[in-house]
Amino acid sequence: MEIPFTVSERPDTGLTNPKFGIWLFLASEVMLFGSLFSSYIILRTGSLDWPVQSDELNITIGAINTAILIASSLTMVLSWTALKEKQFKRFKLFIGLTILFAVLFLVLKIWLEYIPKIHHGHILSTNTFFAMYYLMTGLHALHILGGVVVMIFFWGPGSKMWQTNPDQFVNRIEVVGLYWHFVDLVWIFLFPTLYLL
Amino acid sequence: MSTTEHSRQSFWRQYIFSVDHKVIGLQYGLTSLSFLLLGFMLMVLMRWQLAYPGEVIPWLTFVVIFILLGLGILLLSGKSRPYLALNSLIFFGIAALIWYFSTGEERLPGGIMLPEFYNQLGAMHGTIMVFLGVVPLAVGAFGNYILPLQIGAPDMAFPRLNMASYWVYFIGGTLMIISFFLPGGAAQSGWTSYSPLADINTGQTMWLVAMLFIIVSSLLGAINFIVTTVQLRAEGMTWFRLPFFVWTQLITAFLLLLAFPSLQIGAIMQLLDRVAGASFFIPAGIIQGGKVLEYSGGGNPLLWQHLFWFLAHPEVYVLILPAIGIITEVVTNNTRKPLWGYPAMVYSLFFIGFMSFLVYAHHMFITGMGTAVTTWFQTTTLIISIPSIIFLAVIVFTLWGGSIRFTTPMLFALAWVPMFGIGGLTGLPLGLAPPDIHLHDTYYVIGHFHYIVAPGSIIAFFAGIYYWFPKICGKKLNDNLGKVHFWGTIIGMNLTFAPMLVQGMAGVSRRLYDGGLGYDHAQPVLFLNEWMTWGAWIIGIFQIFFILNIVLTLRKKSRSEENPWDATTLEWATTSPPIAHGNFITEPFVYHGPYEYNVSVNGQNVPYLPQHKKMDIED
Repeated sequence: MEIPFTVSERPDTGLTNPKFGIWLFLASEVMLFGSLFSSYIILRTGSLDWPVQSDELNITIGAINTAILIASSLTMVLSWTALKEKQFKRFKLFIGLTILFAVLFLVLKIWLEYIPKIHHGHILSTNTFFAMYYLMTGLHALHILGGVVVMIFFWGPGSKMWQTNPDQFVNRIEVVGLYWHFVDLVWIFLFPTLYLL
Repeated sequence: MSTTEHSRQSFWRQYIFSVDHKVIGLQYGLTSLSFLLLGFMLMVLMRWQLAYPGEVIPWLTFVVIFILLGLGILLLSGKSRPYLALNSLIFFGIAALIWYFSTGEERLPGGIMLPEFYNQLGAMHGTIMVFLGVVPLAVGAFGNYILPLQIGAPDMAFPRLNMASYWVYFIGGTLMIISFFLPGGAAQSGWTSYSPLADINTGQTMWLVAMLFIIVSSLLGAINFIVTTVQLRAEGMTWFRLPFFVWTQLITAFLLLLAFPSLQIGAIMQLLDRVAGASFFIPAGIIQGGKVLEYSGGGNPLLWQHLFWFLAHPEVYVLILPAIGIITEVVTNNTRKPLWGYPAMVYSLFFIGFMSFLVYAHHMFITGMGTAVTTWFQTTTLIISIPSIIFLAVIVFTLWGGSIRFTTPMLFALAWVPMFGIGGLTGLPLGLAPPDIHLHDTYYVIGHFHYIVAPGSIIAFFAGIYYWFPKICGKKLNDNLGKVHFWGTIIGMNLTFAPMLVQGMAGVSRRLYDGGLGYDHAQPVLFLNEWMTWGAWIIGIFQIFFILNIVLTLRKKSRSEENPWDATTLEWATTSPPIAHGNFITEPFVYHGPYEYNVSVNGQNVPYLPQHKKMDIED
């Protein structure tokens, strides 16, 4: 017996299994980052010598990275709508662009932020602010990296499914998209919290 | 997948890296029961030290007992049952571990336990019992095997993810055991791992890495359970036709999904404190052995407790809710009556699940949180006791006027009612700040939560094992051996845990290496240490009857009936054991609620009406 509702929606819930699964996963991710932001608030409000964050971090690169991620969210949606309109080449282009933006984000993050800071001796043991900065942005960067791996799979070998089971492939891209938007949204909160406030 | 494909599957695909929820459920069950046995043995070593402080531990006797048990299984299973014989490895493994403990100067030199090693045993007993024993048994084993059957699903919604959850859990458990063999030994900061002690104590790094694996496993499992319950219910299986066990698994999965991430963050932060020199939980100027440690400071040790208990309180409900689900199934089946107040049970379950996130800081009354916060948490704690009382009341009302069958699972279920009652009622003084300040960190707390988890959860799991064994193996466990097992276990457990409450009220602290020998106020209750140790032995000895029962039953050639308990729920609508892929030969359709016992159809009394049989019930 096949497992029902992997591709089609269950009538009374209006959901496919993977789509419901990813929403639950995101709920757990909300609690993950929620715990992290709560910890940040507790540590910062309890600190006697929290540095002025905007003096320590590079707002320009942070802002550029914010723009890059917002753009990647847009291309992600476009890749999904392209599939919906059965334009496979357009899908490849837009998911490729999304991967490119994501990699660009990581490159800027590592080469222009992490490495210069480490050279200046600003590491996790410097003070609680930097420990929190590396933890929060690092965990977010790992999420970006995970997204990149998955998207490269669907851009490359995974896209063969378009020939065999197009409906399921569209669903998969939608699920990836939901995850990707969430990761972008986390950054939208991280940027002001760490760079501006 | 068709049956022809199935027969072509290799041994590895079929038994080791299987994606069938029934095989994964059995893997979870066997692994978690082994961890329960291991956690129990760690405790037996500790209890010897508490009853006879500083005396030589008879470790060789324990090693011999376990080797004999292993050999017994080898002999009884014979050549024709290689898979049964393999289980002797569990017993040889535990024997080897105890033998390993006796070697080396930093554990049991000359057979006498060192304080550091006592701490390791304490931390690992708690961790193994909670995270590697009870939760995987409740959710991984019972949930995996029974839930898809009870809702009429062919499998879990994500079979490969299911396999991944098991193997990630297995890696986590293996890492926990490996930590005993590392220099410095296993974690020794208690299962709660309070900072800053846990930040600088030896053995903690491996504990944290292993915990991260266990957490990931739970999260993957939780997603799978929720999607399966919501999406894969058979046709006609409306929400209020779900067996109550399914409801408990659903709410439990939500608790795991939403509570575990906070410990995940806590574990990552503590790990970074240890390996990267961060100071998330370390205040400035911390001194160890007379020297100021080189940390930047500025961290908050209490933050760890918040992150930990935000998980660990809902975790308590993860331990008990599936147990309540099992008890409900067994009680309704053996009273031959519908569940009294099914909607009340379901709404209480929702309420308890929601409230469990709002009570966690009652574990932290002595940290000086301030009176406003304390008042909030003691109020919510008293409110959360209401749904628990509804559960107990509903089960008692279900018994009322029923023609009770005293089968072995029912004995366990009946004993569960007062045991869970004691566990719950002893918790009330801990939920109020003034008595808690006296009782906190005493043996009273240990007695309270062991009453919840041992005669509460574990007794319920025994009920479940006796109840569903004919479903899983097609053979019924022996009733006489089962009754011996039941009486020994219940007497042993009470002899072990009731004196803890007495000692705690006398003020004896937990985690004492000598059981209170060095304290004046502990002298009048010191004799209880020996009683509790005898209790532990009684529990241990009577588990041999349980193991023997399983082995002897699996040896039997005769099979039991397909539905030996005359049960109504869907897991009995298929063969025992269910067919390998798809569970059901024909897709089940559900017509009735889960507990239609002794209902009237066409003016005639029907002793039990299975959910998939179409008949019109008259009111």
